[in-house]
Amino acid sequence: MDLLTSTTVQQIINAVSVGAIYALFALGYALVFSILGVLNLAHSAIFMWGAFIGMLALDPEKAPILIAFSIAALLLSIPSILLEKRIVQPQLLRLPHQSQRFVGLIVRVVALYLLWQIGRPIYGILIGILPETMIIPAIIAFVFSVLGGGILSVILEFTAFRPLRARNAARLAQLVSSIGAALVLVNVAQIAFDWLYNRTEGYYPRDVQLLPFIPTETWIIGDLRITPIRVVILVIALGLMVALQYMVTKTQIGQQMRAVAFNQRISSLLGIDVSRVYIVTFFLAGAFGGAAGMLFGMVFLNVTPFIGESIALVGLTAIVLGGLGSINGAVLGGFIVAFIQTASVTFGGSSYRNAIVFILLFLVLLLRPQGILGQAEENRA
Amino acid sequence: MGFLIDGFNQLQTWLLILLSPLNITEPVLQFMLVSAILGLSIYLTLYTGMFSLANGGFMAIGAYVSVLLTQQAGWSLSLSILTGMIVAGIIAVPIGLPVLRLRDIYLAIATIGFGEVVRIMALNFDDLVESFIKWMVQKEILFDSLISRAETSDMLDITIRDNGNVRVNFELLGGARGIKGIPVMAETWMLVLFLIIVIYFIIRLHRSRLGRAMAAIRQDEQAASNMGIDVVYVKNVVFVLSAMIAAAAGGLSGHLTRIIDPSNYGFDLVVDILAYAVLGGTQTWAGPVIGAMVLRALPETLRGFSELRGLINGLILLGAIVYLPSGLVDIKGFRGLVAYFRNNRTQRKEMVKDNANT
Repeated sequence: MDLLTSTTVQQIINAVSVGAIYALFALGYALVFSILGVLNLAHSAIFMWGAFIGMLALDPEKAPILIAFSIAALLLSIPSILLEKRIVQPQLLRLPHQSQRFVGLIVRVVALYLLWQIGRPIYGILIGILPETMIIPAIIAFVFSVLGGGILSVILEFTAFRPLRARNAARLAQLVSSIGAALVLVNVAQIAFDWLYNRTEGYYPRDVQLLPFIPTETWIIGDLRITPIRVVILVIALGLMVALQYMVTKTQIGQQMRAVAFNQRISSLLGIDVSRVYIVTFFLAGAFGGAAGMLFGMVFLNVTPFIGESIALVGLTAIVLGGLGSINGAVLGGFIVAFIQTASVTFGGSSYRNAIVFILLFLVLLLRPQGILGQAEENRA
Repeated sequence: MGFLIDGFNQLQTWLLILLSPLNITEPVLQFMLVSAILGLSIYLTLYTGMFSLANGGFMAIGAYVSVLLTQQAGWSLSLSILTGMIVAGIIAVPIGLPVLRLRDIYLAIATIGFGEVVRIMALNFDDLVESFIKWMVQKEILFDSLISRAETSDMLDITIRDNGNVRVNFELLGGARGIKGIPVMAETWMLVLFLIIVIYFIIRLHRSRLGRAMAAIRQDEQAASNMGIDVVYVKNVVFVLSAMIAAAAGGLSGHLTRIIDPSNYGFDLVVDILAYAVLGGTQTWAGPVIGAMVLRALPETLRGFSELRGLINGLILLGAIVYLPSGLVDIKGFRGLVAYFRNNRTQRKEMVKDNANT
C-alpha cells in the first residue's frame, strides 16, 4: 500500500512537470489562434528548433558554430530588412499588378541566394575568431532557445501568414501555408543535424544546471526520488505563464493584443498598430515554443528533427480541450493531457498513450467543441 | 479486352521513352497515378467545402483490408479492392455523422485525430488480439476451438506451460514491421483505368443534383440549407465517396509494393495529399490530378536533390499558397493572363500609373 501511494505521488510529480512543458507549448498555439484565428501548425517545428538550439548551445564543440551563425545572420538581417523595406517593396508597387507577385518571388529568391553567398565568408571569419570550444551557461542557452524560437516565429509571420492576410485569403489557406513552413523548418533541421552530427539525432547532456544555486543530484525524500530539473522546469514554466498573464491583462501591448483579437478593423481605426501587435504575438508564441522545446530536451534528453510531430498533436489536443483561443484553457489542457498520458502509461501500455489522447480529442470536439473554458461561438460547430 | 491491354502497354512504352529525360520510370508513373487518385479523393471533400484530412486513415484501411484478402484469403484483386472500398465506406458513416458537424479547423483537427487513431490501431492490432486471446484462454472461453484453430493456422500460436503460464503469439498486421511479401498484382493499366473511371464519375457528379448541392454547400451552407438541400446527407455522402476513393488508392498502392507498414499512412501522407490539391488548385478536377503528378514526379526529375525532397515539397507548398493562390490549373487566371496580353500598350501604361499612385 505504501509503495502504491509513493509511486502514485511520483507519477503525479512527473505528470505535473511534463504538463508544464505541454502547457507552455500549447500557449503558443493559443496566443496565435486567439489573435489571428489561425492555427499555426509550424509551431511544433519551432518547438523542435528551440530544443535543437538549446542542445547546440550546451554542447561545447557546437556552441561556436551556433554563435558564429547567429552573429552572421544578425549582421546580414539589418541590411536585408532595409533593402526589402526601402527598395524592393516600393519598386514592386510600381510594376503592373499582375506581375508584382511573380517578380517579387524572383527578386527575393535571388536576394536570398546572394545573402547566402555573402554570409558564408562572414561565417568563416567568425568561426576562425571564436575559440574551438565554448562552455555556455545553461541559462544563456535557454535565452538562446527562447530568442531563436521567437525570431523564427516572426520570420514565419512575414513569409507564411502576412502575404496571405494581405490578400484576405481563407483561414484554411493560412493553415496550409503553415504546414508548408513546418515542412521547410523540419527539413532544414534534418540537413543541419546531418551536417553537425552525421545522423538525425542528438542528445542533451545529463544534469544540466539551469539555475545556478540548485544542486543537480536527485533528492530522495522517503521513497520519493525527485530530480531537481523537474522542479526547475515547473518553476520556469509557471513563471513564464504568470508573466504572460500579467502582460496580457495589465500592460498596454497586452490591451492592444486583446483589442486586436476582438476586432482587428476597429482596433486599427482606434490607432493601434495592428502589424506590430501581430509581430509581438508571433514573437511571444515562438519564444514560448522555444522555451518548451529546450525544457523538453532537458527532461527527455533525446532530440530528433521529428520531436515536433508527436507534441503537435498533444498541443492541439490541449488547446481543443481547454477551448481554442483561451489562454488559461491551453494551460489547463496541457496539464490534463499530461495526466492522462501518465495514467495510461501506468495502467496500460505506453503504445496506446497517444491513441487515448486522440480519442479524448475526438470526444471533446464532438461533445463540447468550445472546450472546457471556451465560450460558445457559432462558427465552431 | 486483351488487345486493349496490349495497345495500352504499347502506348505506355512509348510514353515512358518520352518521359525518360525526366527520370520517370514505370514505378514512378504508377505512384503518380495513385497520388492522382488520392488527390481526387480530397478534391471531393474540398469541393463541398469540407476540410477533411481523414484520407490517410481511409487509405490505410483500404490497403490493409485488400492486402489481407489477397494474401491470406486468396481473393482476386478487383474483388478485394472493392471490399476494401466498401469497408472504408462503412467505417466512414459513423465517423462522418458526428464529425461533419464541425467546420474548418475543428474538422481538420478531428480528422487528423482519426487518421492517427487508425495508424496506432494498425500498429497495435496484433498486441491487442494477443492479449484478448490470452484472456480468453485463461478464462477458458471457447478453449477447444481456439486451440484447434491455433494448430491449423500459422497466424496464431498458443503455448501453455506446465506452471499455467500462457503464451500467445498472433501475427496478422505485423505491427511496426508491416505486412511483407504482398503479391504484386496491380498493373499500370488498372491504375489508368481506375483514374479514368473516377474522373468520369466526378464529371458526371458535377452535373448531377448531388454535385450542384455540393457546390451550393461550399458557397454558403446556410443558404443551401434554406433552399431545401439536406446538408447533413450531402456532406456524409461526399465523405463516404471520398473515403472509398482513398481506400481504392490504398488497395492499389498496397499491391504495387511488396510491403506496407503503418508509417506509410502517417501525418506526412495527409500533408502530401493536401499539397497535391493546393498545388494543382481545386477549381476543377484536373487541378489535384496535375498537382499530384507534378509533385510526385518532381523529386525523381530532380534526382540530384533527393535528400532535399522534403524541403522542396515544403517550399513548393509554401510558394504555391503564397504566389499561386488558385493553383496550377487556374481557369480564371489563364483567362486573365490572355486578356492581359491582348490589352494594348496604352492600357498597360495607365495601369502602371494607377499602381504607382496608390
